[in-house]
Amino acid sequence: MIMSIKVRYFASLKDRVGRAEQTIDSSRLSTVRSVWHVANPDETLPDNILAAVNMDYVDLDSPVKDGDEVAFFPPVTGG
Amino acid sequence: MLIKICPDGFDPWQEIQAYQQNALTTLIGKIGATSVFVGTMRDFNEGDQVKGMMLEHYPGMTEKQLAKIVTEAQSQWQILDALIVHRVGAILPDEAIVLVAVWSSHRGEAFDASRNIMEALKSKAPFWKKELLDSDQERWVSKNTDGYTTC
Repeated sequence: MIMSIKVRYFASLKDRVGRAEQTIDSSRLSTVRSVWHVANPDETLPDNILAAVNMDYVDLDSPVKDGDEVAFFPPVTGG
Repeated sequence: MLIKICPDGFDPWQEIQAYQQNALTTLIGKIGATSVFVGTMRDFNEGDQVKGMMLEHYPGMTEKQLAKIVTEAQSQWQILDALIVHRVGAILPDEAIVLVAVWSSHRGEAFDASRNIMEALKSKAPFWKKELLDSDQERWVSKNTDGYTTC
């Protein structure tokens, strides 16, 4: 069975990485930080980046598991 | 509690009236205070004239985080009900961006809870603004100001 994680990007970060979403093999992934590095091997992790797993805010060192949706985005600016 | 994400323009006063007539009928006689915040789009920001804006959001997470914000406020203050309406998509100056309305028995709870919900929305709800300047340049708004410390 293929293990995968859906990765999503929003706003200026979506522009920076050049895509809104992708699916990556989750078999060697342990944390949110590792998801970024596998998905974006040529991009350093921005200092002010925010992350969510399954639509809840998480730390970059939070664990991930097969089937998770991991999102990366800049500071929010609504309201 | 009602949370609405609107891809089209909305009239905040009509939203309040409709919610009061449709959802708050069981609270007649209990409501002593209604606190309302309406945020509208300015035509200036950081020294530049702004002629339009695009508001992006994270569907699903936005609603989830807003519901969480209201639930947390309900645990801290005696709120009878709350309504949040937030615009997404293309916006023009003077149009409403956000409505936060809080109903309570007493003004202190209504004022404090609505302020808290609004500030939490500004820092936690996944929305992002991209401005279109008069010069036709586009730029992402990089961060929200702290509503408690800036004028």
